Amino acid sequence: MMRLRAFFLLPAWAFTLLLFLAPMGIIVVYSLQTKGVYGGVGEPWTVENYVRLFDPLYGVILLRSFAMAGAATFGCLVLAFPLALYISRSGTRKTLLLNLVMLPFWTSFLVRTYAWMFLLRDTGLINSMLLGMGLISEPLPLLYNDGAVVVGLIYGYLPFAVLPLYSNLERLDKGLLEAAADLGAKPWEAMLHVVLPLTAPGMRAACVLVFIPSLGAYLTPDLLGGGKSMMIGNLVQNQFTSARDWPFGAALSLALMAVVMLLLWALLRRDCEEML
Amino acid sequence: MKRLLPLYVIAIYAFLHVPLLILCGFSFNSSKFTVWEGFSLVWYEAMWNDGVLAEATWNSLVIAVVSTVVATAVGTLGAYGLWKKNSRLLSGSMYLSLVTPEIITGIAMLATFQWAFRYLHLQLGMTTVIFAHVTFSMAYVLLVVMARLRTADPALEEAALDLGATEWQAFRLVTLPMLKPGIAAAALLAFTVSFDDYVITALVAGVDSETLPMVLYAMARRGANPVVSAISTVIFVGLGLLIVVSERLQKT
Repeated sequence: MMRLRAFFLLPAWAFTLLLFLAPMGIIVVYSLQTKGVYGGVGEPWTVENYVRLFDPLYGVILLRSFAMAGAATFGCLVLAFPLALYISRSGTRKTLLLNLVMLPFWTSFLVRTYAWMFLLRDTGLINSMLLGMGLISEPLPLLYNDGAVVVGLIYGYLPFAVLPLYSNLERLDKGLLEAAADLGAKPWEAMLHVVLPLTAPGMRAACVLVFIPSLGAYLTPDLLGGGKSMMIGNLVQNQFTSARDWPFGAALSLALMAVVMLLLWALLRRDCEEML
Repeated sequence: MKRLLPLYVIAIYAFLHVPLLILCGFSFNSSKFTVWEGFSLVWYEAMWNDGVLAEATWNSLVIAVVSTVVATAVGTLGAYGLWKKNSRLLSGSMYLSLVTPEIITGIAMLATFQWAFRYLHLQLGMTTVIFAHVTFSMAYVLLVVMARLRTADPALEEAALDLGATEWQAFRLVTLPMLKPGIAAAALLAFTVSFDDYVITALVAGVDSETLPMVLYAMARRGANPVVSAISTVIFVGLGLLIVVSERLQKT
């Protein structure tokens, strides 16, 4: 009976084992080794790479990554909640409005990031307009800082916050709001005490879906932050390329993976059954 | 609040769309600088005559088509297998691969390829890029097709088996036709993630396999260049058309 199943799963298993699980295993092995003289890795086995994660030199970058991912998550929630609320109440235009949120998302991520470089760089649109109007005498440093990176992250991951909040608000029982109004609650009170607590699962999902890719972002900090606004992803890449310290890069990667998995587990524990 | 909410929503839609619209608009500017001078197609002409760009686009298309076909087949079969009986290890690995930051996936794959090259006479190139793309887009396909299968009724296949169909016939004639819209959506998703990928591709690519995102990245890094705006517009319109056409096809 199950012979066909085994046969069907074979290719998926082959790709997963050879190109996902084995690579992760190799990273684990590398993280416990010592860097060779010309790059590469070798004996002796050590946990030194993990100890170095707590070096203040790298700690700054780790902390900044958390702060920026947190800021992006907060920004996405602030933008997404009213938007999702509005869409969930707009009747026949729901599909159109949702598609409009998803539209930029279907474009290349690189193009979306470049659009912000185009706006923010010294010779970019905002600076040329301000200079043209005579409001400033020299270009404002809008690009290559933490702010630009956070805006880029919000722009990149906003749909991830809108969708779970929308599906949560969509299922909300309208009767509860009427009941609150009947019992004398003002609209904002009903919002605060009825709608917000009931959208907690959507909020949690939105937080996880934005925070995780933001924390592991590489392209956004690379293009919008320049060298000045590095995040963990850039540090990992750096260790594997110019620094040629593969063991430390591997330890960093695993630490990042551990944080990602811990967050997933902590925030989605309650909703996990539903998600999977 | 009743009046503020629509304004806020309009502002968010502006935030989402204006940057891309401005980028598209300025690709038709005759000036090299970000000051509007007049309508012109010079940057599209420059794009059209760029040999490096043409080669990279061709590479991207080849990689995206091949990896989409393979990933869709492997992912659909895998989803069906998991639907019959779940394997926690396999489905768990799939979810894990979806949440793993791209830079880590890419570096882990690069390390694996380099390790394997000690024993095989191969080098980084189109093959390694395609293998990497199949691996990450397969997870998307599996997820989409599994969502579709969850709404399927297992009794239909059982009925087919009772009526004398073989397992293969039950799959081929009963379940597969029902999955078509899901498979089409999965293939579209696989194509776009493959065509768009920069981080993993740049790590596992060789000299002969520079892709469009890699060229775009290099140009964006080098500084203001209206040709990038033109390419962006073409990608924007191209992917948009692809989505509209595939939606139409799915409806008919």
